[in-house]
Amino acid sequence: MKIPFPFSAIVGQHEMKQAMILTAVDPGIGGVLVFGDRGTGKSTAVRALAALLPPITVVESCPVNAATTAECPEWAELGSKKRVKRPTPVIDLPLGATEDRVVGALDIERALTRGEKAFEPGLLARANRGYLYIDEVNLLEDHIVDLLLDVAQSGENVVEREGLSIRHPARFVLVGSGNPEEGELRPQLLDRFGLSVEVRSPGDVAERVEVIRRRDAFESDREAFLQHYGTEDAKVRNAILKARKRLSKITTPDAILTDCATLCITLGSDGLRGELTLLRTARALAAYEGARTLKREHLRAIAPSALSHRLRRDPLDEAGSGARVRRIVDEVLG
Amino acid sequence: MSPEAASWDRAALALTLLAADPAALGGAVIRMRAGPDRDRVMAQLAALPLRRIHPTISDDQLFGGLDLAGTLEKGQLIESKSFFKNPCTALLTMAERCGPELAAKLAQQLDADAGHALILFDEGADADETAPAALRERLALQIAPEGRIPEGWGAVPAGTKAPDAANVAVSAADIDTLTTLAAAFGIDSLRAPLLALRTARLHAAIHGRETLAEQDIAAAAELVYPQRATRVPEQDASPEDEPPAPPENSPDDGNTDDSQSPSLPDGDMLVEAVRALLPADLLAGLVPAGTTRKAGGSGDGQKCKGNRRGRPLPSRRGRLDGQARIDLVATLRAAAPWQPLRRQSVPAGTGLHIRPADIRLKRYQEQSDRLLIFAVDASGSAAMTRLNEAKGAVEMLLAQAYAARDHVALIAFRGDGAEVLLPPTRSLVQTKRRLAALPGGGGTPLAAGLQQAALLAKQCAAKGLTPTVVLLTDGRANIALDGRADRTAAQADAEQMAGLLRAQQISALVIDMSVRPQEALRGLAAQLQAPYLALPRADAQRLSGAVSAALSG
Repeated sequence: MKIPFPFSAIVGQHEMKQAMILTAVDPGIGGVLVFGDRGTGKSTAVRALAALLPPITVVESCPVNAATTAECPEWAELGSKKRVKRPTPVIDLPLGATEDRVVGALDIERALTRGEKAFEPGLLARANRGYLYIDEVNLLEDHIVDLLLDVAQSGENVVEREGLSIRHPARFVLVGSGNPEEGELRPQLLDRFGLSVEVRSPGDVAERVEVIRRRDAFESDREAFLQHYGTEDAKVRNAILKARKRLSKITTPDAILTDCATLCITLGSDGLRGELTLLRTARALAAYEGARTLKREHLRAIAPSALSHRLRRDPLDEAGSGARVRRIVDEVLG
Repeated sequence: MSPEAASWDRAALALTLLAADPAALGGAVIRMRAGPDRDRVMAQLAALPLRRIHPTISDDQLFGGLDLAGTLEKGQLIESKSFFKNPCTALLTMAERCGPELAAKLAQQLDADAGHALILFDEGADADETAPAALRERLALQIAPEGRIPEGWGAVPAGTKAPDAANVAVSAADIDTLTTLAAAFGIDSLRAPLLALRTARLHAAIHGRETLAEQDIAAAAELVYPQRATRVPEQDASPEDEPPAPPENSPDDGNTDDSQSPSLPDGDMLVEAVRALLPADLLAGLVPAGTTRKAGGSGDGQKCKGNRRGRPLPSRRGRLDGQARIDLVATLRAAAPWQPLRRQSVPAGTGLHIRPADIRLKRYQEQSDRLLIFAVDASGSAAMTRLNEAKGAVEMLLAQAYAARDHVALIAFRGDGAEVLLPPTRSLVQTKRRLAALPGGGGTPLAAGLQQAALLAKQCAAKGLTPTVVLLTDGRANIALDGRADRTAAQADAEQMAGLLRAQQISALVIDMSVRPQEALRGLAAQLQAPYLALPRADAQRLSGAVSAALSG
């Protein structure tokens, strides 16, 4: 596979880029949902993110990318136990993927030809400690969605079928993208995404021209282009690594906690996941920006992406909920 | 030159470019029916290593994997090769039947930037029946020539040397022109100007130029933009296409034109060129994206059998195609009685002797999605009485349809015909928008409305949806199917169409929104074997309640 388009060369789409960087700083935020028209750079951004992420250390032959041999599941037949650096996995979940391919299944080949009972890991195993990317997530079949919900919630994949009883860790950041015109996403799945972002084609001709110009430069002289933006990408990568270290040291004043709660109550979001995500995301942003204490401006910057998909939705409401969140954020935070 | 001949010329140019570098362009949509004309078109691409795939191709065939049948037969591991291992040009036949899953997988392969290209054979009969938008969007060219093939037609071969498109110099102004032009045609996706730029480069390279010339840009715009355009650009106030302006205005017009022209040197001319290629009924035929997709999720509709999900049924014997799930226990059970015999015939083999014929597949039964087709009477008489009430009722039903994950479609009939305002969708926002914009007035072509509903219901049933027609009318049919204002003929036609709906076994519901209940409409409902609801003075709430009761009953 060729080198993808560099992340820092993506023009505009600030909210989407910010959301992706924040999930890299704190994977616990719980994923990003990108909704928007075709050809707005959704998949480009995800592929670019894969190249941007810092590498992880894994046991070479471990099917679930475990960091140490002690963490490898007992069913895995380990070959080489060397620890190697690998790029953070970004696994595609194709729409037509069968249940067997997603969760893993009995290795039919070995069962039938050699009479052995062995487990063939699925996509969830490969996505452990990385990202799981679903393009056209709103077209995904319901039974696969149910599976994903369950695993995303528990961080563990349990396979009990065809005489197998297997479990393995499956902690991944869910990244979904889709086109809202093609159908709605079930509220249960919507809620599982930490952040949601709406992307639009840039309306400004100058910005559009810049997109085309950079893409063209990338295609006609890849080397020079990558050299130029490679250093930019490295800066973002370093900032992510620094932010990860700083994350636990951020202090959170009580006033900010009250703000979070007030915001969620005023917006009438269901459950407490809204507050938790709001707080985690704001902290990740503070860490990324190099702040020591959490401030209102951090909340303000990420509130629309953290909350807009958690509102009780009027199915006939045409205006995006992002605008509603922004209005209430202004009211509450002044 | 006649438009038909011009369309064949464009096709020839598109084919030349495609043959030169399919991967750079992503590929092409060839929207033609099978026939000698299409064979002639394909002959131009004979030099390309084409590999055919079909809409029901299995994952194993596409991406490689275990060849189970072969493995069992030989007793050793046999793997089938991935289709996309080496750069290839795939030819997808019957692309209009390609489901969203396959489209997404193919789109992923195209995006992987590994030198793959895709050619779609789109044999769709009408405007709604097209290849998936996710794929069309990624392919630069569309080849859809009109009329018969002209004498001596053929694409000009590009020469033996591979064109060096990467070295064609592109100026900032060229990128500006192509992007602005795309915006002018309402093309939101940024893939369009990118593909146009690549097309322009290739066009220049083929003609041996090292910098992009005006004709390259024009050719690219003509090839890439028309099929994507969502609107015709505003008519510019340029003197040549305006009717002679009043003398006092013309100097001003000329001035503004002059001052604007430097910013976009050849943009106006290009707009003209592309506009000429747009279909005449573009605005009328605008179909929202995603309407060709098949049903996803499960719903309230009829039962259909599959092997992926739903309630389990007894397993059947069958072939493993990568999609189906094997019923291991049933397979072993089928193989068990034969073991002694097979052991004798193959003494060397160890373990179980399982032959492809033993394989049993799991089957499930699931419910397909329900589709509510609203056929709304927007005639003058209905508008006079309670069109707005009907709109309100439909909106309330929509909210319920949302809860049940039903699909909805909207047909309006007025004047001398019926039209599908909204093809089946789950997007309620769109439905509401179309409904709000529904104007009233004109005659009542009840028969045309029913005919349109029957047609849509039939199409959607073929896609796996279970349609229900909800007819809202005041029943005073006065326009016959052929457009004549003749009450008797209109009534007879309406009854005939009702019979047609009945023959297709489509469930229906008739809501009478006239002031006094209409006897004729009650008869029509009987013909449809549909519940009849006369609602002389109903509010939207009651109407909606009645519909839900009738549907659940």
